[in-house]
Amino acid sequence: MSSILIVLAAWSVVTYSGAIDPLFLPTPTETIWALVEEIREGIFFKDVAVSFYRILMGFIISTLFAVPIGMMMATSRTWQAIWEPFVGFIRYMPAVAFIPLSILWFGTSDAQKFFILFLGVFFQEVIMIADNCKTVNKSLVEVGRTLGFTKGEVLRNIVFRAALPDMLDTLRTTWGWAWTYLVVAELVAASEGLGFRIMQAQRYLATDRIVLGILVIGFLGLITDMLFALLYRKMFPWKTMEKAKG
Amino acid sequence: MTERMEPGRAEAGSVMLHAENVIKTFVTGKSVVTALDRVNLTIRREEFVSLLGPSGCGKSTFLRLVAGLEEKTGGTLLLNGTPITGAGRDRGVVFQQYSLLPWLTAWENVAFALKKSKGLTNAQKKEMAHHFLDLVGLKGFENHYPVQMSGGMQQRVAIARALVYRPQLLLMDEPFGALDAQTRRDMQDLLIRVWAEEKCSVLFVTHDVDEAIYLSDRVYVMSAHPGRIVKELAIDIPKPRDWNAMLTNRFLEYKREIVTELERQKLVRDRAPEA
Repeated sequence: MSSILIVLAAWSVVTYSGAIDPLFLPTPTETIWALVEEIREGIFFKDVAVSFYRILMGFIISTLFAVPIGMMMATSRTWQAIWEPFVGFIRYMPAVAFIPLSILWFGTSDAQKFFILFLGVFFQEVIMIADNCKTVNKSLVEVGRTLGFTKGEVLRNIVFRAALPDMLDTLRTTWGWAWTYLVVAELVAASEGLGFRIMQAQRYLATDRIVLGILVIGFLGLITDMLFALLYRKMFPWKTMEKAKG
Repeated sequence: MTERMEPGRAEAGSVMLHAENVIKTFVTGKSVVTALDRVNLTIRREEFVSLLGPSGCGKSTFLRLVAGLEEKTGGTLLLNGTPITGAGRDRGVVFQQYSLLPWLTAWENVAFALKKSKGLTNAQKKEMAHHFLDLVGLKGFENHYPVQMSGGMQQRVAIARALVYRPQLLLMDEPFGALDAQTRRDMQDLLIRVWAEEKCSVLFVTHDVDEAIYLSDRVYVMSAHPGRIVKELAIDIPKPRDWNAMLTNRFLEYKREIVTELERQKLVRDRAPEA
């Protein structure tokens, strides 16, 4: 918290003193005024809602595919052999490089955003989730087998549950990356949304709105990150005890 | 489902597990390692049998074959006259490392073993879990998570979990190996008490000579490289036993016999290192 205050103080000093031209960096006051203006124009909350909807959908679609496929990759050699080369290959293609192609395919619709988010998130997620599942203690799997569980039951009742805390951490990390992909997608092709607003502000040299946009994205990221942390504590009380025990 | 064994079972004494010339080899890279070399072993109903040997002698491997977690390379392995083809609920397993599910409380861990039991309501499962936790002396700890329990307590939960679905054969793989000496002694007495209530057959793997004699009706002694059974010993000390049994001459005779054999095997091995 204090680190944020230090940055805020430094920002205030260099802007209020006039050391930096407001064209390059606005003062905190101007930024707040930009927020008020955007709210008055009725675009602020709409932008937030639109961007949040896109990232949420893109993220959910990616995760819905990544969790089962990642789990299969971790537990079945056949699945791993099928998916690994494919995932490994696409994973190293920058999702952002697909933006021109995605516009050609989907125009500037929401589907185009989902597509870019999927490319950016899914292929990272699937590898990380497979790793999360691979680290599950083998003896827990054996417990399931001795209790007469089928492979599917072991996967659902043991591997999934045991890997869940790590998987949630994975989602927390990839959610952060998803913001980056969303904003980049919106910068290039959109008619609303936080990324679009930043891009539009640049055309009019409205630096205050650019800074506002960046700060809002950071703020939303912080809130969702805290939500993830809260969810983790609520879902896995035994993890907290484990850490307390040291 | 396996038939539930009722008290006063008439079949007591009949053969439950029959192992004949069981061989297990592992292929690591280009070399083939023989873990088990023609192991012959029998466990009768309601019999407590220990498999004793130095670490690396293949005793845990044998237990894993019986549990159905690994496949034998050769020989015959019959449970109630039927070849073992995989894991199953007629056998219960207690691992050395407790292996409790960390996201479940003590009673939930025990009830988890009843997931595949048909015809039981959730209330009945909970009741059974509580009953077995009570049996292993964990009354009042039902809602504790594994992380909140000591090693000894966790192993008690694991024992309750392995017993709750009434397997005919209980397999214990160095269950007290990770515990301190005092807890270990407590757990041995606990096991004697529990076994007196829930009479099932037991295959108990250990490297502790005292433990093997104290708990067992019969002890098989194994030697390593390759894992072979070198001695079979019936322990003729009345049950139930308590610590006094450990101080009797008969106990010491058994111990001398086993230790002498283990030492002899050590000499043989040192003279002919790794063929």
